[in-house]
Amino acid sequence: MITRRDFFSVLGGGIVVLLIEDDADAQESGGGGRRGFNEPAPTALSAWLHIGEDGKITCYTGKVEVGQNARTSLTQAVAEELHAPVGSITMVMGDTALTPFDMGTFGSRTTPTMWPQIRKAAATAREMLIDLASQKWMVDRSAIKVSDGKLMAQGHSATFGELTNGQKLTRSIPTSAALTPATEWEVAGTSVAKPNGRDIVTGSHKYPYDIKHPGMLYGKILYPASFGATLKSLDKSAAEAIPGVKVVREKLAAAREGFGSDVVGVVAPDPATAERALAGLKAEWQPLADQPSSKDVYDWFKKTAREGTSSSSLTSYDIAYIAHVPLEPRAAVAEWNGDKLTVWTGTQRPFGVRSELSGQFGIAETDVHVLMPDTGSGYGGKHNGDAALEAAILAKAAGKPVKRNWTREEEMTWAYFRPGGVIEAGAKLNPDGTIADWEFHNYNSGPSGLQTPYYVASKNEKYHPSQTPLRQGSYRGLAATANHFVRESYMDELAHSIKMDPLEFRLKNARDERLRAVIVAAADKFGWEGRKKTSRRGFGIAAGFEKGGYVATCAEIAVEKGGVKVVRVVEAFECGAVVNPEHLRNQIEGAIAMGLGGALFEQIEFANGKIATNRLSRYRVPRFADMPVIETVLVDRKDLVSAGAGETPIVGVAPAVGNAIFDAVGQRIRCLPMAPKGLSGSSA
Amino acid sequence: MPVVSELNINGKSRRVDADPDRPLLSVLRDDLDLTGTKYGCGEGQCWACTVLVDGAPMRSCITKVSAVAGKRIVTIEGLAPEGHLHPVQQAFLEADAMQCGWCTPGMILGAVSLLKNNPHPSDAEIVAGMNGHICRCGTYPRVVAAIRNSTKGGRA
Repeated sequence: MITRRDFFSVLGGGIVVLLIEDDADAQESGGGGRRGFNEPAPTALSAWLHIGEDGKITCYTGKVEVGQNARTSLTQAVAEELHAPVGSITMVMGDTALTPFDMGTFGSRTTPTMWPQIRKAAATAREMLIDLASQKWMVDRSAIKVSDGKLMAQGHSATFGELTNGQKLTRSIPTSAALTPATEWEVAGTSVAKPNGRDIVTGSHKYPYDIKHPGMLYGKILYPASFGATLKSLDKSAAEAIPGVKVVREKLAAAREGFGSDVVGVVAPDPATAERALAGLKAEWQPLADQPSSKDVYDWFKKTAREGTSSSSLTSYDIAYIAHVPLEPRAAVAEWNGDKLTVWTGTQRPFGVRSELSGQFGIAETDVHVLMPDTGSGYGGKHNGDAALEAAILAKAAGKPVKRNWTREEEMTWAYFRPGGVIEAGAKLNPDGTIADWEFHNYNSGPSGLQTPYYVASKNEKYHPSQTPLRQGSYRGLAATANHFVRESYMDELAHSIKMDPLEFRLKNARDERLRAVIVAAADKFGWEGRKKTSRRGFGIAAGFEKGGYVATCAEIAVEKGGVKVVRVVEAFECGAVVNPEHLRNQIEGAIAMGLGGALFEQIEFANGKIATNRLSRYRVPRFADMPVIETVLVDRKDLVSAGAGETPIVGVAPAVGNAIFDAVGQRIRCLPMAPKGLSGSSA
Repeated sequence: MPVVSELNINGKSRRVDADPDRPLLSVLRDDLDLTGTKYGCGEGQCWACTVLVDGAPMRSCITKVSAVAGKRIVTIEGLAPEGHLHPVQQAFLEADAMQCGWCTPGMILGAVSLLKNNPHPSDAEIVAGMNGHICRCGTYPRVVAAIRNSTKGGRA
């Protein structure tokens, strides 16, 4: 349990605001000594903010930065409520020794949950400063103005530091405290630039992959020859003969899917020697038999479904596994100090990684310190502590710090994938084009976005868990990408079956005002009504809802040389009050770019437990030349609570493009990816 | 081939002790702690490892260090003097042409080289010239805008 005394001994004097999860724990304490200096802080703390005796503002959050610009938006939260310059605020993120516990940066949760909490902390700090100024100057609180890091009233003026000097005040506030409405925002709602942009363009920011410590060794892991293979024999003599090399054998406390629990690794003083040492390990592997390949895995999903299967009369779609391909592969540096462990690693869940490390070594979580430098992307793919565990195991055996930088091949084989699946849809229409009956089944891919946002009187929507031959996990949007592809492709099929315009058909079946609003906004900007049909050109529309955000996407494609060229994409997005317009546009554009890959050509090819597409020369990702003209429409609802935007913009891309392909050449493609080798013969 | 003992990097002579077949990328990052140049794929596919060698862009992950001994190497750290920004770096900031930033140093050096050879490229020429650089975060349109903006006011 952290006490007030601990906060000040760690952070220094001044004022500290603690944001608590539970209203019942809200309390006040301070120099007046009403409650005693050492009473414990409530345990369920979500954020804290410190203004030091020098006026320096530091905010602490368990959320992390992976390029999605949470660092910027949370800094804006402080700047908005404290009325302090953005440049005067330090944001400490994802450090398990300094920041409050956080479950992880995923699920588009930072904006709806952490952003208002930090604003409340900053608003409370502002009120505490006003209290101090009011007492010091003997003026009424209402006469005091806070602006640009200073307080002023009736000829008096003070910087934050001049007021906090000598103080040791804390205030705990409930997360239910009130906030400035979006219509009154001055910093929030504006396009504040990335605080550390300069460090990025000069190459001075140290990512996890870049970290180097004195005396550090480089670690390599011997991965199985194929998924599920077991080690029959190991000859480590050649590796051990190399000067400076140590071979390490250890067991994982928790087995890793496809890898098992036997860890065999090497450490060496430099990367080239580590590679030679790894090559010097001679291993024999017993492969795991009877694994499906990427060709027959779709039958496998249905055969191994755990909760029954659907009717065979439904329209079926195949969804391939795809990879995240974060451009910075996962990495960790681990350092032991007696029985205490410190790990620097790129992860979306530093506290989850701390827990994994604690479990692996049987040490208390308080003896494990995980730090998360701003990292080169995650997209949902860096949730676990694989690299951290490997580095820590090697470091313990070596008695020195160890760096574990994954290669691209390791990243594309031994991480985890977006699940593949089979999705089936069926519906009955009323004569007026409204949907009377709706059936939707998802095998293995996942339940996110399974539920239709349209009004349907009678529906049966079910997720069927199945077995998976590949390790799978979170990916941007989870299964909402696949579920929206199928739903919005099928909606298009339904519209065409009654010769109704696809836009009209959607509006006919959408009763949610926010859904209708983005559909209309995208169609207007796109010029849907006035679109001119020409040979081998097509137009498609798709819409959806996920994680509090509403999206509608229109695509124009051209069929050229047997391939699909996406010419133009217009996307309307609404997620409540917009926190940072430019960063939101960046997220939408980025999601569209990424979504084109999964839509058209990305797929993991595998057989006999081996990944064939294990490097960038074999796994195509979207490039400059793949980009359409992208136009975004931000529907800014200042009257609605801000929701996240990291995921939802991706879900409309594949179906809009697929529907445009049908419009262009009459080919209905019922699989993702839709055109990995161009268009010929790729329809289901 | 003999060990490489000296490299000309960012205008300075740097002492190294490198096996000649080692990738330049590893010598830069692991021996000299010049970590601004990034590893993305190890096979010359993503161009995050781009450096300038005698003014021309090279993929340091597939370049042997012996091949660049005696040549003028420029990494992102040496693009502008300490405390200053090259116009292309400034343009990237103003266009918000990054998210996670891992591809950014390579993109910037690629853009610098493109503009040196073609000071007023069309968007199509920018796309063709930059197409080897991968950005998984998808900031491509912003990078094009940053490069386009770099040509305004004679900044290239």
